[in-house]
Amino acid sequence: MRIEVGRGGLLTTVQDLGRPGHAWLGVGRGGVADAYSARVANLLVGNREDAALLEITLSGPALHFPAAARIALCGADIEATANDEALPGWRPVELPAGSTLSLGRCRRGARAYLAIAGGVVVPRVLGSAATDLRGGLGGLAGRALRKGDALETGAPSRSVPARHAPSIAAWSINPSPDIDFHASTVAGLLPGADACAPRDVLSRHAWQVDAGSDRQGLRLTGPAIALSAPCRRPSEPVMPGTIQCPPDGQPIILLADAQTVGGYPRIGHVAQADLPRLAQLRPGETLCFHDIDAEEAVALQRAQQARLARIELAIQARLAR
Amino acid sequence: MEALGERAWLLRLGEGIDAGCNRRVHALARHIREQAPAWLEDLIPAYASLAVVLRIDAVEARTQARDWLVACVESPQPPDEAIAEPVEVPVLYGGDAGPDLPAMAEALGLSVEGIIQRHANGDYLVAMLGFAPGFPYLLGLDPALAMPRLDSPRTSVPAGSVGIGGHQTGVYPRAGAGGWRLLGRTPLQLFDARREQPALLQPGDRVRFAPVDAGRFAELARSPGGIDAD
Repeated sequence: MRIEVGRGGLLTTVQDLGRPGHAWLGVGRGGVADAYSARVANLLVGNREDAALLEITLSGPALHFPAAARIALCGADIEATANDEALPGWRPVELPAGSTLSLGRCRRGARAYLAIAGGVVVPRVLGSAATDLRGGLGGLAGRALRKGDALETGAPSRSVPARHAPSIAAWSINPSPDIDFHASTVAGLLPGADACAPRDVLSRHAWQVDAGSDRQGLRLTGPAIALSAPCRRPSEPVMPGTIQCPPDGQPIILLADAQTVGGYPRIGHVAQADLPRLAQLRPGETLCFHDIDAEEAVALQRAQQARLARIELAIQARLAR
Repeated sequence: MEALGERAWLLRLGEGIDAGCNRRVHALARHIREQAPAWLEDLIPAYASLAVVLRIDAVEARTQARDWLVACVESPQPPDEAIAEPVEVPVLYGGDAGPDLPAMAEALGLSVEGIIQRHANGDYLVAMLGFAPGFPYLLGLDPALAMPRLDSPRTSVPAGSVGIGGHQTGVYPRAGAGGWRLLGRTPLQLFDARREQPALLQPGDRVRFAPVDAGRFAELARSPGGIDAD
């Protein structure tokens, strides 16, 4: 199917789970900022969890479907209508041929994921469909969607019946506790190479998300952070989750589009299991930290994987009916 | 060894920036890649350090991975063989291609021609690719040419721009923001993901810059592998 893009939205990109293995070329892993929501969206339409889908930022696109399609919206709670019918998230929806899916603003959360049965098909670059905006590669010519683009999709794993109106599944996935917009956001904090003074400045204060945040980094504002010792180091590897402290003392948590190396002091790292929720923070929202150790971070990761595995089984049971 | 969170280990093989240490980094990276442990997702070699990233579904193996990496570091790897022939990178120096040359000449007390000569006479080593796909960090800049980054980075640096940032020199593979002082521009496309070998310059390569005139620049830019080729 060839989906026409009537409106690109604020920043809509083709993403998958990223392109690991090329950091030595200066190419970061990239991929979806919230891998939890993206995986669930793909599973809901019968795709492999690493299929290419759309990541929608704050305000969404308008898409015209010439043929019937099965879709799912996960992540941010986004205004969505097809043929004037409101579409809820976290469940499969079947659209009739000729539908226009109009995605508005995100009411809660910052990034919504639209999975389409069969997946979005773009040429794979270094093994991945993910759009690397800074590298200008992957996805649709390395850039965000815009009006007039066309998106090819693959063959769905199960055929989509012809209908006259959208068919919305009566059941849905509850993404709590991994994505819960009613709970305050607290990220697990692991120590970095460079200590702050006072040592607990990160976990002692609440931090505001700055409007300059993007897929590369979540910029935080709060009391200016001082280092306990001066730091002059050559550029060293960094990871999504690394907390950098530039000279202005305002921390940056690197997200999916993290550069491969950086020279700023590393004052901590957030637990990998908390990255999906961090990717959903909007400018002006608040983030707190609590200290954990690596074993606790591994346990959080394992528990999240187990929840995803249970969700996958539940979805498969539903779809098999 | 330092934990980069629960998913990666940072191995530090030295403190400073020197070619010998950098060769050990790349030799160790090659050794680990060849051993291909099941938990390995990615390797990030830098000047004097190497990050080893675990697969997200294998973070449980983090302490086992650390012990294995310690053993790797303790059994020295034969350094990668030095490449005898340097890669020649043509550069159009000065003019619109090198807008910072006059100010550099004034600040460094050198003539513009003197800066070009010193830069083009250098024998450089690609210490790592980072910051952006295919961006080479080069060792071997004449210390007389070291200049701090611009106070305020340019919002748009043309693809192929050759710059100096502190004691480093490098080439911007792609247009974008950047704070290095610009001396010139190469007509070669440094990174193209469609090529079998996407990066023109590889870590461990030796590099020399060869001054070219505007005519030769335009010719090379239109040739296959040039910045204007397609």
